Amino acid sequence: MKFAPDRRRVLKAALVPAVGVAPIAFVRDVLADAPQPSAPRVYLNEAEFAFVEAAVARLIPNDALGPGAKEAGVAEFIDHQLAGPYGRAETWYMQGPWKKGSDTQGYQLKLTPAALYRSAIADIDAHVHEASQGKAFVDLDAAAQDALLHELEDGKVELAHAPAKTFFKILLQNTTEGFLADPMYHGNRDFIGWKLIGFPGPRYNYVAEIEQHGKRYGQPTVGLLGRDGRRVMKDA
Amino acid sequence: MATRLPKVDCVLVGFGWTASILAHELTEAGLQVLALERGGFRDTVPDFSTTFIQDELRYAVRNGLFEEPERETLTFRNKTSETALPMRQLGSFRPASGAGGAGVHWNGQHWRFLPTDFLQRSHIEQRYGRKFIPDDMTIQDWGVTYEDLEPHFDAFEYLCGTSGRAGNLGGQKQDGGNPFEAARRRDYPNPPLKRGLAQVKFDEAAKAVGFHPFPCPASNTSRAYKNPLGVEMGACTYCGYCEWFGCGNFSKSSPQTTIFPVLIGKDGFEYRVRCEVTRVDLDKSKTHATGVTYVDAQGREFEQPADLVILCAFPTHNVHLLLVSGIGKPYDPQANAGVTGRNYAYQITSSVDVFVDELVNPFMGAGALGQAVDDFNGDNFDHGPENFIGGGYLAAWTTGGRPILQSHVPDGTPTWGSGWKKAMADNYLKSLSIATHGSVMSYRDAYLDLDPTYRDVYGNPLLRLTFDYHDNEIRMSKFLTDKAEMIAKAMKPRAMHAKPRKAPYSIVPYQTTHNTGGAIMGTDPRTSVVNRYLQSWDVPNVFVMGASAFPQNAGYNPTGTVGALTYWAAEAIRKQYLAKPGPLMSKA
Repeated sequence: MKFAPDRRRVLKAALVPAVGVAPIAFVRDVLADAPQPSAPRVYLNEAEFAFVEAAVARLIPNDALGPGAKEAGVAEFIDHQLAGPYGRAETWYMQGPWKKGSDTQGYQLKLTPAALYRSAIADIDAHVHEASQGKAFVDLDAAAQDALLHELEDGKVELAHAPAKTFFKILLQNTTEGFLADPMYHGNRDFIGWKLIGFPGPRYNYVAEIEQHGKRYGQPTVGLLGRDGRRVMKDA
Repeated sequence: MATRLPKVDCVLVGFGWTASILAHELTEAGLQVLALERGGFRDTVPDFSTTFIQDELRYAVRNGLFEEPERETLTFRNKTSETALPMRQLGSFRPASGAGGAGVHWNGQHWRFLPTDFLQRSHIEQRYGRKFIPDDMTIQDWGVTYEDLEPHFDAFEYLCGTSGRAGNLGGQKQDGGNPFEAARRRDYPNPPLKRGLAQVKFDEAAKAVGFHPFPCPASNTSRAYKNPLGVEMGACTYCGYCEWFGCGNFSKSSPQTTIFPVLIGKDGFEYRVRCEVTRVDLDKSKTHATGVTYVDAQGREFEQPADLVILCAFPTHNVHLLLVSGIGKPYDPQANAGVTGRNYAYQITSSVDVFVDELVNPFMGAGALGQAVDDFNGDNFDHGPENFIGGGYLAAWTTGGRPILQSHVPDGTPTWGSGWKKAMADNYLKSLSIATHGSVMSYRDAYLDLDPTYRDVYGNPLLRLTFDYHDNEIRMSKFLTDKAEMIAKAMKPRAMHAKPRKAPYSIVPYQTTHNTGGAIMGTDPRTSVVNRYLQSWDVPNVFVMGASAFPQNAGYNPTGTVGALTYWAAEAIRKQYLAKPGPLMSKA
């Protein structure tokens, strides 16, 4: 999908924290471009979702080995995670005072994961807008997206609200999670991740097989909700 | 205002392994015992059902069974000169919350410490001389010996149904067991687990380089078992979901699978969950505890009087309670005086990932399914030429092949993109890892105290942890990693990747939940918080269980020794203290 420069204004408007108030024209455009009707977003707005989907498609690409993170539903996984207790940092200690600290002291940002995604995506798109004549991350070609992701990973981009490295690390971690977690959490759709590596799923009993050293395990892949790799758990 | 409740004979703070053992032992002695647990109640059915528990994201990644830093955490810094900041999410270690404690989510790696571990200072001085110990290293003898604890190691293994093979029966070496282990009175209650390819390859390679491999002692039952309390366990199915998970198969030893069936509902025993003890209450003399104060889920505060108060929480929480209650003089690293919070230690781990041609099928595993060598643990080898103190075991564990956290890719693999994807596809089924698990000595600048700035939800100051790895540990761990590399090379792998541990210590990546010290045991009240029976020197009706009593940490997982110490203390309470309540050792 292509974004005209004037779309940027709309995009920015969509980045205000209130969820679900993206201008109607913008939502219509995105939906019209979407390959198929997808599940309603639960935290990310459409522009943010498009960013996450484009980013995870580069982190775990669809390539000669088969489908990648986008096809596995990793963006949907991240959307649901951010809407839940993880996104809200529900179990984290979030009392001040807030100080930067050393790397060995761990995460010290006041932002919950959900807030971090929101601010970092806005900051990254602002950065891309500045550097690429008004484009957004999703407008860049794969090589340019990869280059930018490397810059984020290496902390070579200054973002206004959080270190780029910190956001990238969490984005990559969540992408891996979504690719390899049980499909009931919306990612790993059709067991794409598990089938790629050869994990048969959470099976209960290997007493008969564990001493058959070097032999390939032959049972079909299974998830906690069964062999349908598209079943998701309510409220997951 | 706190509501004052009717008095009980004994209150236990926490309801994990140590509390469950004590609850059973002390109700047998006729006491009325109450356990106060900060988390919820959990049992095999329904909480650990195999149709639900095998969920890596919920339990291993999102920490489903652990304490929530939101309610209480600690602050951390590497050095006294730095400002400690809160551990905002769990990382390097993961204390449990809920009935069964860490006994629910452990792997079941069940070891006995070596005789020389209990004589850490005197043995080193005797063999290598006083000058061998660095000035800032504050290691001590425990005040108990292996021989004191042997019957209690035995009792805990038989409670758990530990699977293994003896290497030393009453002084007679046994083929196939650990030749370095100390004498045990009888064999393990169950034979070793079945082995996967990783264990077989490790066994062959370790022998090829001249080491002495043996099956790791596992509190995952290799066959159906009935323990001395009459509680029955089922044979392990190698499902690969032990650590971070509860066992749905009654195969991993936990308070739920070994004690609860005879304890819950027993006359004289009561537990209350979602009750957080915030203070041990002392009388005006500060030498006698009147009970504890706790807050329930509704936020109501209660005063629970008791004749005997036993701290059975996670080590850092035991120390926190002692500090906020004013029990024992707080440790001061500048003056090198005081005791409470002194000698915090940890574990130092590293690994060598090994990439082979055969299918290893890592998803078939069990928490304590491993083959190990103990040639470089404790003082099993001559430390003179190495010029460090301590050691550890090397093992090829197959605890499971859970894909998010338990996959290995060769060195130089990109962190993402097609290169990463290909490496995952090529290596997940064809890799294993050799772990090193090393001791950490205690030092003058590694300690616990109260943070001046940050507070928990109850308004108490957070515990503050000051800790870094010292040169002695880094060199020791490098030594172990080099030995692990020797074994890896002997497997003739297509690739291998040594991952040595480096300083500084970081609280971010998971390492182990083997936090020790801070309320250490000993025979001198100037250098220990509790005596050799785990009894507070200053407040004799307070006992403190768990690894907070370790004066420094040995090269093994702590639970076997924690269990033995608990039975040892229980015996002292039953046979000595109850007959004549008061100090079991004189302060002089």
